[in-house]
Amino acid sequence: MTEQLISTTAEVIEDDVDLRQGTIAPRSGTQTPVMRLDDVSVAFGGRLAVKNVSFDVYAHEVTSLIGPSGSGKTTLLRALNRMHDTVRSAEVFGTVLLGDTDIYARSMDPTLLRTRVGMVFQRPNPFPGMSIYENAVAGLRFNGVRKKALLDEAAESSLVAAALWDSVRDRLKNHASSLSGGEQQRLCIARALAVEPEVLLMDEPTSALDPMATLRIEELITELKDRVTIVIVTHNMQQARRVSDQCAFLLMDDDRAGKLIEFGPTEKLFTDAKDPRTLDYVNGLFG
Amino acid sequence: MSVVGIPQQDGGSRRGRTSPRFSLPDGWYRVLLVASAAVFAALVIWFLVAIAIKAQPAFSTLGFSWIVQKTWNPNLQQFGLLPFILGTLETTAIAMFLAVPIGLGAAIALAYLVPHRVRLVLGTAVELLAAVPSVVYGLWGVVALAPLFRQYVEPFLSSAFGWTGLFNGPNLGVGLILAGTILFIMVLPTMVAVSRDVLATVPTEQVEGALAVGATRGQVLRKVVIPGARTGLLGAFTLATGRALGETVAVALVIGNSNYIAHSLKSPAATLPSLLINNFGEASGTELSALFGAGLVLLVIGLTVNSIARILVRRAEGSELGSASVLVP
Ligand SMILES: Nc1ncnc2c1ncn2[C@@H]1O[C@H](COP(=O)(O)OP(=O)(O)OP(=O)(O)O)[C@@H](O)[C@H]1O
Ligand SMILES: [Mg+2]
Repeated sequence: MTEQLISTTAEVIEDDVDLRQGTIAPRSGTQTPVMRLDDVSVAFGGRLAVKNVSFDVYAHEVTSLIGPSGSGKTTLLRALNRMHDTVRSAEVFGTVLLGDTDIYARSMDPTLLRTRVGMVFQRPNPFPGMSIYENAVAGLRFNGVRKKALLDEAAESSLVAAALWDSVRDRLKNHASSLSGGEQQRLCIARALAVEPEVLLMDEPTSALDPMATLRIEELITELKDRVTIVIVTHNMQQARRVSDQCAFLLMDDDRAGKLIEFGPTEKLFTDAKDPRTLDYVNGLFG
Repeated sequence: MSVVGIPQQDGGSRRGRTSPRFSLPDGWYRVLLVASAAVFAALVIWFLVAIAIKAQPAFSTLGFSWIVQKTWNPNLQQFGLLPFILGTLETTAIAMFLAVPIGLGAAIALAYLVPHRVRLVLGTAVELLAAVPSVVYGLWGVVALAPLFRQYVEPFLSSAFGWTGLFNGPNLGVGLILAGTILFIMVLPTMVAVSRDVLATVPTEQVEGALAVGATRGQVLRKVVIPGARTGLLGAFTLATGRALGETVAVALVIGNSNYIAHSLKSPAATLPSLLINNFGEASGTELSALFGAGLVLLVIGLTVNSIARILVRRAEGSELGSASVLVP
């Protein structure tokens, strides 16, 4: 078992190197894991909120996390970019690999990690004191980029990627709060994309938006697959089905800690689940 | 117009809108609010008019120029307030020069850096310090700090910063620098407690948003937390400055009470409040009237500081709209 893990890890290393050099550009379906969760548990104040979760996140695919409220979706997602570092009571166990590196290794710099694994939050949270432009390039500024030309280029390309460029190109210096909720969320996506992460984590990115804005974000997610690997938490079963390739279903165990019930290709989970609880949940029978 | 630090609520008194917390009928609710506002306004006006009436004889006998004249000598009917105005501004400046960086630093530490248990202990200590009566601070200054200043602090300042010309003259212990330091200690709890509370109001989602794009903790503080709390921090500054400007007993005990313009930060001096408390008892006639005038001047200084802070806040908020350079170092 351990040997097998090591050998797969070795393959990951090779693939990862290739990926970085750009010689191979894996597309959906090549099943290259960019992140691997191995027996991941998260506890707050000694109490488990998520336990023993293992699955792979494949390159250039969308992986969705579904499950009822309190099943630990957000908690698990935040373990993937070490967001729990800021929560004093939180402890993370198990291994999370990004490429070949353990993100919880002592040598891993969490700020560097977060430029490789970006995050979009449930409520749009552009920086209120900054313009649209400054929001888009905030991550680059934090990482010491000073050159105006570089910043301009990154602002344009990330806003284009977030499908926001056309509507804001003439008002880049406007305050970010002048945008609608949906536009603000796309600005947050642009902000995350500007630092060119390998993985983008999204926690219910459309739950604060109206149906039209939701639809546009969903389209965007599909378009972004070429650029990043996405892990998305959603409450909306239809959304998970529309946008994701792989799906992980979490459910609270008897001790109220969230546990992975089933993981697999989304279509399979929705039509032919192995576990009866998955079937019930995706059919809206509980949760 | 809103008070510094408190966002303006608009439309609260519009017909048909009732606060969810009160179930008073609309009419009564309005009457109650208008009445309390009227009482407040009446008190302020009464207060201002009463002081102005008392000060009026000084203005009619002396004109206006006495306010900025240099000599206070009631025997010669000279009531120049300049030494006291300067003393007030100087002690307050010293206090705020120390209180802004140290108060902000302590507030940041309390809000973000120290472990939870230490935070509780220090937080309680800060609130206790804010409740100590000012006369106690004054006595402590006279008994404990003045000898220390005479023997160590003032000689050190003279040798280290003598080149600035600010620390000439003998080491007396009492004087501007000790008064400023006592004021600093007195306003520090206010600075720390208010700053800490406003820093804590910066939403977690803003902090996490910055962390998520690779900001360090230091960058989060400098680029997100402090700018986000700017309005409230200026409120803390205004409150603390107001307290320093008006502090009376403690200053009177440690400033050395000299009616002459200080030529060194080590010199004894006086402030408008210390002038009032030292002379009010025996004053009569024009002198009494001039003391009321000094009170008015103090009021004007306080209002000016408040207005400047308000303008700064408004400018900061205005420049936020349309500015593209908040992050530019
Ligand atoms: N900072 C925290 N401190 C303590 N407990 C926490 C913290 N964050 C989450 N929890 C606990 O972890 C459990 C899982 O919460 P989590 O937010 O991950 O659920 P979720 O699946 O995202 O739910 P929802 O669908 O409502 O967003 C809950 O029991 C919650 O109380
Ligand atoms: Mg959640």
